[in-house]
Amino acid sequence: MNIALFLEMAADAAPDRIGLVCDGKRWSYAELLAGARGAAKLIRESGCEHVALLDESSEAAVMALFGAALAGVPYVPLNYRLADADLSALLARITPAVIIGDTERVKRLCPSEANRVLSRSAFVTAAIASGTAAPTEGDEGEGIAIQLFTSGTTAAPKAAILRHANLVSYILGTVEFASAPEEDAALVSVPPYHIAGIAALLSSIYAQRRILMLPAFDPAAWLDLAAAERASNAFVVPTMLSRIIEAMDKRAAPDVSSLRSVAYGGGKMPLELIHRALDLFPETGFTNAYGLTETSSTIALLGPDEHRAAHASDDEAVRARLASVGKPLPTVEIEIRDEDGKPLPPGERGEIYVRGEQVSGEYKERSALDADGWFPTRDAGWIDEEGYLFLSGRADDVIVRGGENISPGEIEDVLLTHPAIADVAAVAIPSLEWGEAVGITIVVREGHGQPAEAELKELVRARLRSSRVPEKILFADTLPYNEMGKLLRREIKKLFAG
Amino acid sequence: MKPGSKLKSAVCDTEVMVIRCGEGTIECGGAPMGDAKPETPDTLSPDHSGGTLMGKRYVDANGTFELLCVKPGKGSLAVSGVALSIKDAKPLPASD
Repeated sequence: MNIALFLEMAADAAPDRIGLVCDGKRWSYAELLAGARGAAKLIRESGCEHVALLDESSEAAVMALFGAALAGVPYVPLNYRLADADLSALLARITPAVIIGDTERVKRLCPSEANRVLSRSAFVTAAIASGTAAPTEGDEGEGIAIQLFTSGTTAAPKAAILRHANLVSYILGTVEFASAPEEDAALVSVPPYHIAGIAALLSSIYAQRRILMLPAFDPAAWLDLAAAERASNAFVVPTMLSRIIEAMDKRAAPDVSSLRSVAYGGGKMPLELIHRALDLFPETGFTNAYGLTETSSTIALLGPDEHRAAHASDDEAVRARLASVGKPLPTVEIEIRDEDGKPLPPGERGEIYVRGEQVSGEYKERSALDADGWFPTRDAGWIDEEGYLFLSGRADDVIVRGGENISPGEIEDVLLTHPAIADVAAVAIPSLEWGEAVGITIVVREGHGQPAEAELKELVRARLRSSRVPEKILFADTLPYNEMGKLLRREIKKLFAG
Repeated sequence: MKPGSKLKSAVCDTEVMVIRCGEGTIECGGAPMGDAKPETPDTLSPDHSGGTLMGKRYVDANGTFELLCVKPGKGSLAVSGVALSIKDAKPLPASD
């Protein structure tokens, strides 16, 4: 099955209903489908092997996504925040391609004549102009729908591949067709090159929930758009939520009481922030969604009721659940395994493995699935007795001290209980004696003095064990995060080297 | 017939996408479904006239067959004479 079917069904069932609002323009499902069909014709005629987007979100992202799907060509949204050198390497990897967006930059970085380069408006105009073409059968779902370059926080970006079958399975398993009431609207502010940005388009269109696109995230613009269009749903990364709350503290915020559901993911949510959000939006249901590019987005969820129960509870175990990413979707299996690939019992930390039809686990060069179809996520974590999944960083971030594996997350969680610590990161630092040892970088909370090193070491020793005690402690004004809220540990390691 | 195939009813407007399938004949309104609609429609069997609903998934008791209704119609779905039922899915909170 082809993901374009989702847009075709929406346009069949409700052609005139508004599916997308972007920059003040409103697009019906029929108009979006006509644009996608026109785009498919343009893509086929170009003979190109990829369809790339180097642009912020707009109607062009919808037409390119579904147009590429209808034409049976992989859609490759690119991160426009990348430096020239990195971007030019990616452009070389996808040539020949139809590339939509920043034409000047594309031509400068990749002068190849083999590419067909179009500005956003030229692409949309051309797609609509040729949109009268009769519908043609496209890819049947064996092929690649999307190719996403991973953020490459540890190495060169990998080309992750999602097949139609993976995405179709994800949407059918999580969204009921046309289930959104007509007044519903989902505010989408994640960039188009992020899996959450793509999943938001697919889910919203299949649910027939109007998409409110915010091309460049800004907290004031987010609040204004949510209020003006009466947004009912939104997806944010933790950094966005933090900036929205900051903006609400600074000025009289517009009325955003229409927000029934806020989902978040993409990075670690600070406990303090989610508690604050639950207080500020007492009527809103919060959902923590955990997923990866390679899994077609969400594989585990902590739902609204679990958030409220944890927020209101006096029971430590129930409260702790607010730090969990919830339980696996009914359509996927999750296991924690040790280094030899052996499943671990509840409570024990290891690597998170996932299996299901939505899980691609595939890169252009190779598949990472094991013989039984399990995908090693490289995320570290554990599952509690009740089946709730907790994350504790990337498996690659594990600190190996004298043969003992230490997860940075366990040390960070303990240190975050200290009132003077606003943020903290633990990383491996070279040690002559142990091979690796624990180094921590601390951001002191405003209004607090810098805690003594001995006090911090004692806190870790008392709560964990002596091998976890940091050998080196640094203080910093902020920790380095990327624009999606991912902590850049390699940058922190550099602080210790310097 | 394989997953990803689109089948059309011989008696009504119903169209389905095959998500999962096994051995057996997929029918709508009492008549086998096919790649194309016949020039003159078959007659709708009163025993199979419950109708189909847009966007619903239909499954058999074993979970061997799963069909997604992409166009609704007056006939109801069956495999080799045995009626399919709507797949009950617990609603999940929107996560993206």
